[in-house]
Amino acid sequence: MMSTSATALRRQDHAMSQTTDAAAYVRMADVGMTYASARGAFTALDGIDLDLRRGEFLSLLGPSGCGKSTLLKCVAGLERCTAGRIDILGRPMDGPPEGLGVVFQRDILLDWRTILDNVLLTAEFQRRDLKALRPRAQALLARFGLDGFENRHPWELSGGMRQRAAICRALLVDPDLLLMDEPFGALDAMTRDDLNVELARLWQDTRKTVLFITHSITEAVFLSDRVVMLSRNPGRIVEVIDIDLPRPRPLRIRETPEFGRYTARIRHRFAELGVLKEE
Amino acid sequence: MMSTLWQRSERARSVALVLIASIALWEAAVRLLEVRKFILPAPSAIVVDLWREPAYFVQQTAYTLGTTALGFALAVALGLALAVAIVHSRFLDRTLYTFLVVLNSIPKVALAPLFVIWLGTGIEPKVAIAVMIAIFSIVIDAVLGLRSVDPEALNLARVSRARPWAVLVKIRLPNALPYIFSGMKVAISFALVGAIVGEFVAGEVGLGSVILQAQSTFDTTRAFAAILLLGVMGTVLFFLVELAERWMLPWHVSQRAEATGHHV
Repeated sequence: MMSTSATALRRQDHAMSQTTDAAAYVRMADVGMTYASARGAFTALDGIDLDLRRGEFLSLLGPSGCGKSTLLKCVAGLERCTAGRIDILGRPMDGPPEGLGVVFQRDILLDWRTILDNVLLTAEFQRRDLKALRPRAQALLARFGLDGFENRHPWELSGGMRQRAAICRALLVDPDLLLMDEPFGALDAMTRDDLNVELARLWQDTRKTVLFITHSITEAVFLSDRVVMLSRNPGRIVEVIDIDLPRPRPLRIRETPEFGRYTARIRHRFAELGVLKEE
Repeated sequence: MMSTLWQRSERARSVALVLIASIALWEAAVRLLEVRKFILPAPSAIVVDLWREPAYFVQQTAYTLGTTALGFALAVALGLALAVAIVHSRFLDRTLYTFLVVLNSIPKVALAPLFVIWLGTGIEPKVAIAVMIAIFSIVIDAVLGLRSVDPEALNLARVSRARPWAVLVKIRLPNALPYIFSGMKVAISFALVGAIVGEFVAGEVGLGSVILQAQSTFDTTRAFAAILLLGVMGTVLFFLVELAERWMLPWHVSQRAEATGHHV
């Protein structure tokens, strides 16, 4: 009795992982991006084959100029790739997909709106019921430690607080797919650590599908289920690394040997490519 | 309390001091040098002239003020509509914008007599001239403001699948407001110039025609009285626009220190 139910469970588990694999949230097939410029064609991305699975936290890691932001813009529907194709939930990409939340490198909060009204902006654009969403916006702000700042203006807040508000704005409409383009790149190291922990916790609770862009090896390993290493000129996938670290991950996991092995491996690989110098 | 009020009024006090000193100097010079009245009247004579016929001056001032206000309001409404059209259409950008630049390089005073032929001698040609002179700075600044939007903010709107109208109302227009106000501050003075030009070419009413009539009778005192009223009107109108700016843009960098008080 016990064993049969366990087998059934395992079989079901297996079936589920099969379907999630088959129905990748985002499927990138041989995606390439070539820009025509005065000095000839420039290839930013080349032959990107990648599945973003439903519910996974995937990081694109690479040096600046490796095309990782371009790839994110393609998935967001802001740019059209010049080669290959991108499918969202099995359907070819046609402009910005539904159920999308984006956090940009800069917070892009509007100066003339209060923090609360800034958080509501995306919802206004999508013509949602603002009355119903207001309490949710308040709750999100509270979760990110911004309670009491609802009626302040962006210029009264620190950089970290502003980026928190920008994350709240992306989360307000409860997106299935969250794209984050180096969201913490402009923050100081301590604020960045804080936000890494908060984001990890948030992902743990919501299991959203996240495509995260960073050039910090530590950040990528700390947050991700998988890390996709990209090379530069043109941007190609070097390696995809599964991060088998337990969750929830406290900040101090970064001091463990397992964590160190991942970061060291990535660093060596980038060094081999000539992206990083080891000495 | 008294001392802070004293400190805060420093600017007003210095302005008043310079003004009073210049008027006193003017009065003394006219009296001592015995300047003839039709060359330069004494300030006291101007005040007396105003004092003698207050109803007449109020009526003339009201007419010019009405023309200016109407011209300004139309220039703002039309100018904003044109700016939005120019920003949203490549075709209009090429054609209308170029046309406006050409129009602006013609001295518009030269066109004033034509408006009298087209629109008669009532208030219409005067308003039209005021609009024509004032509209340019509104369009130029509004176009600049509507264009100088953070491209990332537009990307945010795009990934939120925002409609063009929502992007205009929620991002482009608020972003352009500081630019629009600086255009409006220029336009309010230009609208007054337009009203006076209109009254010069066709008019029996208004401060412009008061000056013209005074000239024909060598009544320099009266001309100065009208000029004084024009100066006061122009100044008040300018500060009204500035007041509106402060009220509408508490979030803007130039206003923040005053809006929050403690954030200096």
